[in-house]
This record gives sequence, C-alpha cells and structure tokens, in this order.
Amino acid sequence: MSDVIVVGAGMVGAACAYYAARAGLDVTVVDRGPVAGGTTGAGEGNVLVSDKEPGPELELALLSNRLWHSLAEAGDFEFEPKGGLVVAETEEVQRALVGLAGKQGVEHAVVAASELRDLEPHLAEGLAGGVLYPQDAQVQPMLAAARLLELGARSYGHGALRLRLGVTVTGFVRSGDRVTGVRTSQGDILGGAVVNASGTWGGEVAALAGVHLPILPRRGFILVTEPLPPMIRHKVYTAAYVTNVASDSAGLETSAVVESTQAGTVLIGASRERVGFDRTTSVPVLARLAAQAVALFPALRDVRAIRSYHGFRPYCPDHLPVIGPDPRAPGLYHACGHEGAGIGLAPATGHLMAQLLTGAAPDLDPQPFRPDRFPEEPQ
Amino acid sequence: MTEPFTITVDGRQVAVTPGQTIGAALHAAGIRSWRSTRFCGRPRGLFCGIGVCFDCLVSVNGRPAERACLREAAPGDEVTTS
Amino acid sequence: MSGFRHDLVVVGGGPAGVAGALTAALAGLRVALVDSSARLGGQYFRHSRAAQDAPGGAPELDGFLRRGRALAERADLLLGHRVWHVSREDGGLAVHCVTPDEQPLTVRGARLLIATGAHDRVVPFPGWDLPGVLTAGGAQALLKGSGVLAGRRAVVAGTGPFLLPVAAGLAGAGADVLAVYEAARGLGLARHPVLALGKAGEAAGYALALARHRVPYLTRRAVVAAHGDGALEAVTVARIDAGWNVVDTRVVECDTLAVGHGFVPQIELGVELGCGTRADADGSPVLVVDAAQRTTVPGVWAAGEPTGVGGWRLAEVEGRVAGHAVAAEHRASTRASTRASTGAPAVSGGGHGAPRALLARRRGMRAFAEALQRAYPVAPGWQGWLRDDTLVCRCEEVPVSRVREAQRLGATDARSIKLLARPGMGWCQGRICGYAVSCLAGEEPRPPKRPIAQPITLGALARSTDEPTTPNTPDE
Ligand SMILES: Cc1cc2nc3c(=O)[nH]c(=O)nc-3n(C[C@H](O)[C@H](O)[C@H](O)COP(=O)(O)OP(=O)(O)OC[C@H]3O[C@@H](n4cnc5c(N)ncnc54)[C@H](O)[C@@H]3O)c2cc1C
Ligand SMILES: Cc1cc2nc3c(=O)[nH]c(=O)nc-3n(C[C@H](O)[C@H](O)[C@H](O)COP(=O)(O)OP(=O)(O)OC[C@H]3O[C@@H](n4cnc5c(N)ncnc54)[C@H](O)[C@@H]3O)c2cc1C
Ligand code: FES
Repeated sequence: MSDVIVVGAGMVGAACAYYAARAGLDVTVVDRGPVAGGTTGAGEGNVLVSDKEPGPELELALLSNRLWHSLAEAGDFEFEPKGGLVVAETEEVQRALVGLAGKQGVEHAVVAASELRDLEPHLAEGLAGGVLYPQDAQVQPMLAAARLLELGARSYGHGALRLRLGVTVTGFVRSGDRVTGVRTSQGDILGGAVVNASGTWGGEVAALAGVHLPILPRRGFILVTEPLPPMIRHKVYTAAYVTNVASDSAGLETSAVVESTQAGTVLIGASRERVGFDRTTSVPVLARLAAQAVALFPALRDVRAIRSYHGFRPYCPDHLPVIGPDPRAPGLYHACGHEGAGIGLAPATGHLMAQLLTGAAPDLDPQPFRPDRFPEEPQ
Repeated sequence: MTEPFTITVDGRQVAVTPGQTIGAALHAAGIRSWRSTRFCGRPRGLFCGIGVCFDCLVSVNGRPAERACLREAAPGDEVTTS
Repeated sequence: MSGFRHDLVVVGGGPAGVAGALTAALAGLRVALVDSSARLGGQYFRHSRAAQDAPGGAPELDGFLRRGRALAERADLLLGHRVWHVSREDGGLAVHCVTPDEQPLTVRGARLLIATGAHDRVVPFPGWDLPGVLTAGGAQALLKGSGVLAGRRAVVAGTGPFLLPVAAGLAGAGADVLAVYEAARGLGLARHPVLALGKAGEAAGYALALARHRVPYLTRRAVVAAHGDGALEAVTVARIDAGWNVVDTRVVECDTLAVGHGFVPQIELGVELGCGTRADADGSPVLVVDAAQRTTVPGVWAAGEPTGVGGWRLAEVEGRVAGHAVAAEHRASTRASTRASTGAPAVSGGGHGAPRALLARRRGMRAFAEALQRAYPVAPGWQGWLRDDTLVCRCEEVPVSRVREAQRLGATDARSIKLLARPGMGWCQGRICGYAVSCLAGEEPRPPKRPIAQPITLGALARSTDEPTTPNTPDE
C-alpha cells in the first residue's frame, strides 16, 4: 500500500509524485494512458510570470519559477530561461503594460519602441514598445513530466515512486467517509491519500468521489512551422495575450505567442474557445493565428506551417487551480484545473501538495485554491 | 519547348531535359545528395521521389525548402542547396 | 440544384480520381479535380512531358491520356494545387488548396471524392538514409516521370508484387539489376503468388523481362543494412526465415537500392472529416466504404488506394463506381429538390448507379488484392536488423535508442513516443516513420492525424478564410 496515489501522469501529477517521494512518501502514479498523454502533450511549455495579475496565481508562479530552475539542473530535459517579451501595439497599451509590470513586483525591464529590434531583430515596425521579463522560460513539457517521474524513482527508490500506466480510475475505495484508495480497470489500489491530478478530467474524477469540481475544457490550437535557423530569441507575445488569459468570454479569442524551439520549429499559439471537447480543426482559427504571427513577425509570411494540434485546457470559473485536501471527501486531494498554466505552475503545485500531505507548513497560503470554494452544483 | 536547357545548382550548370524535375536533373547529373540534415549533417538526396519524405529539399530562386522531386525545372532556375 | 459551384470535387488525379471525375462529368455533373502534380496520372500513369506530347507509347497510358483530355474538356482541372485541409461547410465540403504560386484557394462542392493514392512503405534498417537508397516507387517515379535511371548497379529489395515492375523497369532502361530480393516465401518466380492468383499475363511479362536481363529473383532474402561513405556503396543481403530473422549474410556492392515493403494509403483528408477507418489485410488503416464507395460521412466518397491497396486497375474501377454513385445521388437529390419545390413527396435517392458488371469486377479484384497483401506480410524480424543508432525517423533524426528511451520513460504507444522523442514531428509528418514507430510500440498503425496535410505558408494560411481578421485584439 502506498502513502499516496496520484491519479494522472501529466505535468501536474508528475510534479506531485516527485515532491511527495522527495518528502519521504511512497507514491503510486496511475494513468489510463501513457505518461504526458493528456493536455500536457497537447499544449506549449511556457513557464510564465509575465502574464499574471498580482495575486495568488502570481505567487504560485513565482515559486514555481524558482523550483523549475532547480529541477532543470537535476533533470535531463529542455529548459530554456530565455525570457519573455510582451509587446504593445499602441502607446495606450504600452502604458497599461508598464503599469501592470509595476504592480506585479516581478523582475522586468521596460523596452522602448526603438529598442525592440535590438532584442528581436525580426519584429514588425510600428510597435509602441514592450516589457521584457527575464524570468519567463520554456520547457519541453512531455519530456519534463517523464523525466521528473524518472528522477523521483531514481533518487528516492523505485519502490517509493511507482508508475502504473494503462490503468483507468473508475471509482474510489471508501472506509466510512474516508477515501482509502481507487477502484481501477485493473483492480483496487489502496493508499493513505489520493491526489486527483487528472487535469481537464479532474471534474469527472472528483464526481466519482461524489464531490463537485467545476472544471471544463477550453480549447486551444497551436501552429508549428517548418524547422528554421533560430530567428526569434524570446517568447514574444502581444498584450492581448494577458487580457485573453484572464477573460471570461466563451467565444474565440486569439493572441499571438510566438517563439522558436530547440527543434528549430516556430510555435504559434494560442487560441482560447469554450466549445466542449470538439476536436474538429477550425480553419478560421488557424488563419487567425497565422495572421497574428505574421503581423508580429512579417518574415514569417513565407515560412510554412507544417503541423497543428489542439488541446483542452482545464479551467475553473475563477481561473485559479484547485489545490489541496477536499473536506467533503477526507483523504482526497486535488491538484487540477490549471487552465493554460499547468506546466508553469506544476512544480509549485507539487511542492505545496507534498507539504499538505505531510502536514508541513505550506510555503504559500493554499486558501485561494481550496476545492470547496465553488458554489455547489445547481439541482 | 523541347530543347534541353540548363539550370544553375550552387553555381554549377546542370543539364535538363524539358519536363524533368530538379531532383531528377540533379540525379541524372550524378549529384545524389545535396542537403545535410540539421542535427547530424547527414547527406540527403532523393528517397520517395513523390513529395512525401521531404528529404530532397532545395532552395529554388530564393525560395527555401522546395521539394526537388516535385518541382519541374525551368530554364534559368537558380538552385541552392544546404 | 445544390448551391455549390461544383457538384463534385475530386482530390487526386491518378487512375481512381480521373475515372471518378470523368464518369461524373459524363453524367452531366459539374466537376473539379485537384492534384498536386503538374500532370494527371498519379503514380501508375506518371509520365514524362515527352510521353504527353508524343502519344503512341504504352497503350494503357495512351488510353489514360485520352481520358485525361476528355476530362479537361468537361471539368475544372486544378493541377499543381496541393490540398492542405478539407472541412465540412454549409452542407457541403470545402477543399482548401495552395496554388502553384502559394496562394490560398478554397474549392467548394456538394460532394467530395478522396482519391489520394498511397506512398511507399519502407521499414528502417541500418544505413537506409544513405543517398542511393530509394523507395521502390521513388525509383519508378524517377524513371516514369523524368526518364532518369536511379543508378547503374542496382539492387531491388523488400516485399510485394511491386518489386517486379520496378526491377523490370530499371533493367529495361539499362541498369545492371543485380538481383531482386523478396522477403516472402520461397516459391520462386515460377510459382509466384501473382501467377497462382490468376494474373498470369502481367506477372509472366515481368518474369520474362527479368529473365531476358538475367536478373535473379531470390526469395526469403532481405537487404538488412546499407553501407557507404556519404552515398551507397554496398548492401548486406541476408537469408531470412519466415519471421524475417537473419540466417546468414553476405555483402553485395551496388550504387543503388530500390526498397519497398508495400504501401501506405493516404487517408488523412478522410480522417480529418471523421470518416470511419478499418485495418486492411496488411495492417494499414484505410477508409471504410460501402458498395457505392461511400465513406461513413455523408457526401464523401473514396476510391483507389485509400480504401485499401490494390493497384491501378482496381483503383480505376473503384473510381468509376464512385463516379456512377455520385451521379446517381446527385440526380436523386436534384429530383427531390424539384419535387419539394413543386410540393411532391421527396424520395430517398442514391442507388449504386454503377453497372452490375463493374461491381462484380471490383469484388473480384478487391479479393485478389487482399490475397496479395496476405501473401506478402511484413514480419516482425526486421526489428532485429536495427542498431541503436539506426534512424527510425529520418526527418527528426531519431535513432532507435531514443525510441527505446521514450518507452522506458513511460511512452506506451506511438503517440507518446512521438511526444517524448519526436519521431513523426518532422517535415513528412510521420508518413515515412509512422509505420515503424507503430511496430516498435507494438500496436497496429493508427489513422494519421494531419490537420495540415500539406505545408502552407503562414501568409497563405492567414488569407485562407474570408472571415475578417483583426490581429492582436480580442474579440470583445
Ligand atoms: C493549446 C494549449 C497551450 C498551452 N500552453 C501552455 C503553456 O504555454 N504553459 C503552461 O503552463 N500551460 C499551457 N497549457 C496548459 C497545460 O497544458 C495544462 O494546464 C497542463 O498540461 C495540465 O496538466 P495536468 O497534469 O493537470 O493534466 P494532463 O496533462 O491532462 O494530465 C491528466 C492525466 O490524467 C489522466 N486521467 C484522466 N482521467 C483519468 C482516469 N479516470 N483514470 C486514470 N487517469 C486519468 C489523463 O490520461 C491524463 O494523462 C496549454 C494548454 C493548451 C491546450
Ligand atoms: C511512387 C509510386 C510509384 C508507383 N508505381 C507503380 C507502377 O509503376 N506500377 C504499378 O502497378 N503500380 C505502381 N504504384 C502503385 C499505385 O499506388 C497504384 O498502382 C495506382 O497508381 C493507384 O492509383 P490511385 O488513383 O489510387 O492513386 P495515385 O495514382 O497514387 O494517385 C493519387 C493522386 O493524388 C494526389 N494527391 C494526394 N494527396 C494530395 C493532396 N493532399 N493534394 C493534392 N493532390 C494529392 C497525388 O498527387 C496523386 O497524383 C506506385 C505507387 C507509388 C507510391
Ligand atoms: S521520417 Fe519521421 S517525421 Fe519524417
């Protein structure tokens, strides 16, 4: 019997398992698919502090950013602290960006219009300026999740961190009120605690324990270009990205996030739409992403897109993740609902979760992330 | 147009029979590899011959990453390889 | 009448697509045909400019070119147009193309016929990415399309009946074909399954050609490695058992290897539209079609290799069946809408429309094709030919060791191997490496997901929809 069962081998589950094993707990990770087969394998790897309003998510992001740096030293995966450059199309937007940067209290540098091309030689003309966030980084999320699980198993013992793939959680084992394990397609697995790290499916898994978590999918498309010699140095995105991330709109929103990857491709994100789990490719969305990328980097006009993919961000109505014990089902913890920031926020989530599981004093106040903060489901 | 013509490949003249693809003209001229891969610098030339594998990429008149096996050669084409 | 400019849009100008388009056009439908090549023909009828300008070569090709000219008079031919995506739109289909000068163009029609053919399937082996190693089809395409010989001293290897015409073609054009190494059962050419299955004429022709050029045809043999410094200089030929495990080897010097292990049907356009798929006898995912060549998605037909590899004759028959069926459904829907506008009751239309004899022929040929696929299986022993540093993915240069590493890290299927180690993420989008990666993952190849079926510049993509775009501003 493990001390902890983690449901989900995505980035968040991997981080929870790693930090729990590091804290001396025996962990079993269960996933119905492979490692990183969920949203972790269908997004981008931005580790951002720049796009967050001051508040609990920013605190979590800053903690995570520090943890990412130390994980990157130990783990064998791509991690590039290349910095993020947010650009403004108009003077007014530039003023707003500078204002936000001042409030965030995050390391940053205001970039005048005339300096933009020193940072990014291929940027379009006529932009009003920007803000550079040196802490913003890029990680290859699939490999990071897999490596973190491996690192945990290697460092703390394969008995201490076990991976069970192809195992679907179908229910919970209860002892009275208490959750004492999971029912799966391969039999019951018992544990002292269960961490629900099933991302976009977190609401479904919670429902198996009879508790309500309002986690819904928010679709996003990404365009990938042909491999090129390095052309874009930072993560570059427009101010609209920041507004879109926090937006409540169900309709389509797109804002260019453009960057070169180590594989040579340029990644172009990101759209946001609430359309359930609709997997149909949308030509208008792809067209809009392309148009925005070209507007930012005119040299991309003649560069070819060779691939696109999409994923479903796990979002909560208040755009904050769910992290912590569920008082409605003792023994059950949640670590899900990270929307478009689950990669960036994973280490801090795992770190916090390990502290909560072991009864240590948490580095951050977990209150804003508590699972029972939502109104109960109507009916 | 049925007369043979030439194209320039990295500055060198290569003969073309009208209707031939750039890849075929190179192959016929005894040039069997003209690209190196971006990670390990492995040589590449024609493989699938029908535009599926993208092994045979060349730049044509300044346009990078054209499939040499698909692109019919035209008189005066400037082909560069990488 | 449908409100679309075309009653039928055909993707693919090979034997299947041209037959389908012409049949429908002759029935009076407004047809558009799109193909990425500059000339009609597809793979089998690929021809040089000279052959087009001066007919009088092979009678089959002349017949095809005649049908091509007939089609050009009756339909819109969009040659040199690459289809990068298809989508459903307003009750019809939108075929999104890139024109030869890289402009976006959307062709809309009430119905779609997918006739996109296949490409070679090649399993990896050490040295398979050396210049001088070509796919069997690639060697054939070079010869048919440009009149260029793949090389002087050639070896033909792999499995399947297609090795015969490739070897005959190379030998006939003057190459020294050292041997054909066929991995399948050791019956020899005299008892070649093609003969057993009643295709005596065709196979005998190739057999004669090979005999005339003294090309040995050796079965239970395989090329298990290619060698050379910068280009092919020699291959290791192995005697193999039924499981393709190596029994013994020797080295053969050559400058060219034409290698193929069957074909991979190109079905991504159908997959994108949600068409049902099934595993064919050779394990390839193919589109499910009914007796009228209808896919499981209304308004979408498929013919030729995407419904199962079966060669050009079957492709052409299927194209004709599809053309008849599309025309019948078009007539029925036109009648229904006329009736509806005159208040008469609508009838459900859409019979097969194709002559019985044609349907019977197709049945026989399909059964034959499946028998052939079974006679030339790919056995798993090829995985034993690999070395740690053998590339599985040519585009992303992913060696076997990295695939194994990904599996060790928890990649339990082909998709997660791709996510962790990148095979399939390259230029070709896994067309070349996908089969091998599936085999290494221990699963049947899955239907390919390629929403962007052909590269498209971001500039063209940005303009590929009429929807007004307002860059950089959220829509509220
Ligand atoms: C287009 C797009 C772009 C994005 N860009 C970024 C970015 O740049 N930076 C960033 O930080 N984030 C980004 N994200 C968001 C990020 O990908 C997610 O927040 C993150 O991957 C969530 O990780 P997870 O581990 O919670 O979920 P997942 O990776 O989805 O893992 C959940 C796992 O739970 C498993 N599971 C579910 N149900 C069960 C069950 N019943 N039994 C067993 N297992 C189960 C699933 O198989 C899955 O593997 C993006 C997302 C999208 C879609
Ligand atoms: C390289 C090669 C060579 C071959 N040579 C021979 C041979 O010599 N003898 C023989 O018996 N068999 C040969 N074959 C087998 C061949 O598959 C069939 O015999 C026959 O050509 C199949 O006819 P089809 O109409 O189904 O498809 P094809 O003839 O393959 O026609 C498909 C057409 O669709 C077009 N197409 C596909 N995707 C797109 C897209 N996204 N946008 C635009 N156009 C598209 C292609 O350009 C092609 O012209 C060959 C196969 C290959 C792959
Ligand atoms: S060979 Fe793997 S993507 Fe092309």
